[in-house]
Amino acid sequence: MNTPLVISSSPHIRAGTSTREIMANVIGALVPAGLASVYFFGQEVVAVIAVCVASCVISEAAWQKLSGAKITVSDLSAALTGLLLAYNLPPTIPLWMGAIGGAFAMIIVKHFFGGLGQNIMNPALAARAMMLSSWPVAMTTWTLDGVSGPTPLAVIKLQGALPSIADIFIGRVGGCIGETSSAALLLGGAYLIWKGIISWRIPAVYIVTVAALSALFGREGGPVAEVLSGGLILGAFYMATDYATSPMTPHGQIVFAFGCGLIASLIRAFGGYPEGVSYSILIMNLAVPIIDRLTPPRVFGEAKRHAAK
Amino acid sequence: MRLPTFRGGIHPPESKYLTENKEIETLVPRGELVYPMSQHIGAPCAPIVKKGDRVLAGQKIADTGAFVSAPVMSSVSGTVKEIGNRMTISGALETCVAVESDGLFERAAPPRRKDFRKLKPAECIKIIREAGLVGMGGATFPTHVKLSPPPGKKIKWIIVNGAECEPFLNCDNRLMIEHPEPIIGGLEICLHIFPEAKGIIAVENNKPEAIMRMSGELSKRRGKIGVIPHKVKYPQGAEKMLIYTVTGQEIPPGALPAEVGCLVLNVSTLAHIWYAVTDGVPVLDRVISVTGDAVVSPKNIIAPLGTSVRELIDAAGGFSREPARILSGGPMMGISMRSIDVPIVKGTSGILALSSKSAPTFEESNCVRCGRCIAACPMGLWPSALDRAARLRQYSVFEQNGGMNCVECGSCAYVCPSRRFLTQICRDGKAGVVAERKKQKEGSAKR
Repeated sequence: MNTPLVISSSPHIRAGTSTREIMANVIGALVPAGLASVYFFGQEVVAVIAVCVASCVISEAAWQKLSGAKITVSDLSAALTGLLLAYNLPPTIPLWMGAIGGAFAMIIVKHFFGGLGQNIMNPALAARAMMLSSWPVAMTTWTLDGVSGPTPLAVIKLQGALPSIADIFIGRVGGCIGETSSAALLLGGAYLIWKGIISWRIPAVYIVTVAALSALFGREGGPVAEVLSGGLILGAFYMATDYATSPMTPHGQIVFAFGCGLIASLIRAFGGYPEGVSYSILIMNLAVPIIDRLTPPRVFGEAKRHAAK
Repeated sequence: MRLPTFRGGIHPPESKYLTENKEIETLVPRGELVYPMSQHIGAPCAPIVKKGDRVLAGQKIADTGAFVSAPVMSSVSGTVKEIGNRMTISGALETCVAVESDGLFERAAPPRRKDFRKLKPAECIKIIREAGLVGMGGATFPTHVKLSPPPGKKIKWIIVNGAECEPFLNCDNRLMIEHPEPIIGGLEICLHIFPEAKGIIAVENNKPEAIMRMSGELSKRRGKIGVIPHKVKYPQGAEKMLIYTVTGQEIPPGALPAEVGCLVLNVSTLAHIWYAVTDGVPVLDRVISVTGDAVVSPKNIIAPLGTSVRELIDAAGGFSREPARILSGGPMMGISMRSIDVPIVKGTSGILALSSKSAPTFEESNCVRCGRCIAACPMGLWPSALDRAARLRQYSVFEQNGGMNCVECGSCAYVCPSRRFLTQICRDGKAGVVAERKKQKEGSAKR
């Protein structure tokens, strides 16, 4: 016994899972969708992903350096935001726009609000919303095999001829980089649920709500095409489940996911945009504090509920 | 079959294999034994011997008139060497009586045999009090107080806590395997005190041999005692969780187990009740798991109280590598020690030497709001919200959110991926609420 003993408050052991490991797992789960995207859209998506990830990581590091905070890019959360941002952009997006989006996500949406875990909106989606209103044309030009064309949801909106369900499922359709292949996204989503990184509640409730409402609204294409098209699978498994911007308790998560499904369906069916997933999540992000407050866990031995916080 | 359990909880690595098949060995202490005056929850004792007095094993050396308290005995025969401040397991200096053993182990009272059935309940409780019995699972609540529930509260269940859910520890497990008779005997004494109660022995399902031995011993007797194996999950041995698992009842916040007709006693406590009532032997020793990845040969040791931790570690072959932390108790709720030259007390269930590999230190990072702490909390609390309230010293918010219900099991901090010191901060929060209440009370008294 040469070194002094560590004096600590219990517990003296900790579980293996760290924040970094969680982020790494989510990034890993997103890899199949990225590969599918390269396959369907070509190599230019690699450049978009690289620029967005680099922009987020550099912006976070630069902000933390300038503000005198500890640089935490090694927790991989900035890299994950960059990846998710790229997945929400069209393959043909000019790279400089992606870079600005990344910086916006990190500095304005994440660090202005206090950094990791403190942001009130999903950084990648908020950046996408900013980009959509800044560069509407570049953000809504969809190409497949070099040919521009509408996305399946735009087809539904414009009442055109929908691609086959099989093509929508594997991803042979126009759309954002990451959302195209539902099959690859579901694979990664299943992995995250199996690893206990996300719960089934948000994706399941979100997707079931959209399916049910599309049937109720009598949307053309039917619930299956509705669920597999657009950003729903990406949004439900990877964006709505973002820890920082979703409720912490099981009940709260169900309320949140139902709200997401309701808003997305309303936008898709009655709104001006063909797609409503990103706005539905952003709007529900803002409702998280009140959902958290109204859905505290039940204290053992207590019958009544108290409001949290 | 689905085994009974509770809501929340965690599954830390059990690490029980180190000592689970090691038979209990007896340690004979050398030289000096040290007895702190406060080995229980409640009022500390005052020495009733003087320096230079000759004392016998089992002789009372300290006591107090307070109800919530338990006397302290000398565990050896010898001479009182010193009465003064010594460091104890918590690292604090406390009044202790140090006895130099003469190596004879001369007993104060010769062993006797008594049939507890011929004693009145009140007489049993008195014997238990005089024997210095406290909860030997680690909580060290005086047993005679537990056995005196408030009038009007009927005890329907006496639950034997054989869960031993802390990783590494096997002292209760080995006691159930090697000495089931005194445990069941102790339970029968409690059932004699509460004739309307039913006895239930609750054991985690990772102790098949203990379950077998206890059931085997029961099959030889008649009576209203059953064994219930339950799911392996931490903190199953917490009183509230165990009562819920066994009876399906939740103790309301702030209430005692007697509120729901229950009484929970640790296996080791029961064995000592038996020794005290039928043999007239007070609490002089206890079984301790000396284990961890930094000791040469982890083992279970029965040692006289007052023995120094150093002797126990030596008995386990000394250190095999540099220990980073040495704990009294398990890794989830144990106390980290500053020195190993401190005496073991009634509540010492284990001595754990962990290397920096098995107990690394971490730095905190931001809460990512993953919700793992909420899922892990067996008390249905929101640890990250309590953490925030306590750090901001918003003690009324802390209290409103049920912070005072925290049992400090450590599950939240264990699962936190941001390695936040949730349990430690909750402890601070509870202390803050208590201080605030005291201040308010004083304030209103002045007015």
